[in-house]
Amino acid sequence: MISFQKISKRFGRVEVLKGLSMEVARGDRIALVGSNGAGKTTLIRCLLGEYHCHGKVEVEGLDPRTHRTEVLRRIGFVPQIAPPLKMPCAQLIRFAAGVSSSDPERMHEISRRLGLDPARLRRQPFNRLSGGQKQKLLISIALGRDCDILVLDEPAANLDPEARHTFFQLLAERQKSAAMLISSHRLDEVAALVNRVVELDQGEIVLDDHVEDAVAMDAVLSSRITLAHPSSAFAETIREWGFESGKGETVWTGRVSGPDRLRFLGVLSRYAALLKGVELLENGADKQ
Amino acid sequence: MKNLLLTARADISESLRSRWFLAYTVVFGGIVVALFLSGVTESRIMGFTGLSRMLVIYLQITMAILPLFVLITTVRSVAGDREAGIFEYMLSLPVSLATWFWGKFVGRFLVVFLPVFGAMAVAIAWGLIKEAEIPWSQVLFYTGFLFSLALCFLGIGMLISTIARSSDVATGTAFIVWLALLLFMDLILLGVMIRGGFEPESIVTIALLNPLQVFRIGAMLLFDPQLVLLGPSAYVILDYFGEGGFLTWALLYPATLGLLTASLGYLLFRRGDLP
Repeated sequence: MISFQKISKRFGRVEVLKGLSMEVARGDRIALVGSNGAGKTTLIRCLLGEYHCHGKVEVEGLDPRTHRTEVLRRIGFVPQIAPPLKMPCAQLIRFAAGVSSSDPERMHEISRRLGLDPARLRRQPFNRLSGGQKQKLLISIALGRDCDILVLDEPAANLDPEARHTFFQLLAERQKSAAMLISSHRLDEVAALVNRVVELDQGEIVLDDHVEDAVAMDAVLSSRITLAHPSSAFAETIREWGFESGKGETVWTGRVSGPDRLRFLGVLSRYAALLKGVELLENGADKQ
Repeated sequence: MKNLLLTARADISESLRSRWFLAYTVVFGGIVVALFLSGVTESRIMGFTGLSRMLVIYLQITMAILPLFVLITTVRSVAGDREAGIFEYMLSLPVSLATWFWGKFVGRFLVVFLPVFGAMAVAIAWGLIKEAEIPWSQVLFYTGFLFSLALCFLGIGMLISTIARSSDVATGTAFIVWLALLLFMDLILLGVMIRGGFEPESIVTIALLNPLQVFRIGAMLLFDPQLVLLGPSAYVILDYFGEGGFLTWALLYPATLGLLTASLGYLLFRRGDLP
């Protein structure tokens, strides 16, 4: 579906991509990981036809630079940093839907699923939204189009747990029909979303491996946490995950998205000394 | 065409929410109000009888301000958009580069031209209300000159934005271009050159290639056909061109220069890295 063949890219004397080759098939969900300067953004920009590069980038045989509109019609892109656009949200949606011949109502529908109220945000300038709202709107625009390639740069970084869960569900709906390229600095952020990991280091692929993807992207885990004693710091953290507690704040219950389980356990590990019991049940089943 | 209009509309929407646009509109609206308040009308003795003098002063002030405003705001916002990541996102949508570039050009042109034209239109409307004599042919030519001048500096601004990779470099370059054109005007450099014994042909060529000088002579020519207010090169130019020929040049040349520089900007934009 996507083919990178011996891609090199220089900025002055610095060679950012060094003859990198990779094939991406439909159904691939790739975590593109690597530290700053590894070449992730440059590779994405080559795919989007925004950079000239040596070598060949092809999407179903088409060069993104010479067949821009045909290629980009198939790609939904969510940048890591939202552009500081001043136009109202409704106009941004109208523009994106207009140039991609999509139905703006689909974008509105997805934004509603992610917890936005498009009617309320209609006239609000995009740059005045919060970080999370911006990200939700950009995700709505990308997923509201008929794309079969999703390029997502740290897509869930600013999302609240509820929106993350919806986002994972939205990705699950497309996991068979689309190829996904999910860029992140940290593998644990995206590990549960992907079935392949590509690690870049100084412009080269240092790891390209398929990973077990037994975790359903739309899975939900019921969780019950028991603490040795109440803690205000823990309470503040766990409330951000939508957990609730009865009197005494020693027993907390809530839901965790399947792909977020690693991240959730990472958060719990910070309070290991407080934990008396941790229960995680997938979709109500008796797995523990 | 639909995508070009969508891009133009998006650019207009962005500009209307920018502080520079507010300042730009206030400045040109303010000039017209100031000219009315200061009584620069046809006659101080007979009161408000016509707009000729006011319009020509408005155009002279516009000539000094509009190019700098258009250049600086264009290069700052276009190069700034690139730096801020707006290009990265907007150009990831399926819009062709030609549509994007020219859509932006059209949107920006409307944003820079309409306030200047609007301020002049308000002055004319006021004149009509006061039942003053309106110099319609002058108004039409002035509209054409403003259109042409705005197009010219927008084109130059788009070219600079494409070449310069940062908004600071773009702003500096725009300022130098404006300063150079200002220096090569009749009253400053051309006067010195004539005194220094330069060939008239080279002076005339420089004057004719400078869109600011062309605009200035054109605007003054309609107000004062004897050109007593202009410097020496204007006389030489009119000897070569004649009035009709020069007015045609004043209308077409800056616009053509703007379209050519914008086209060059587009070619470079298409060839280079986008964000």
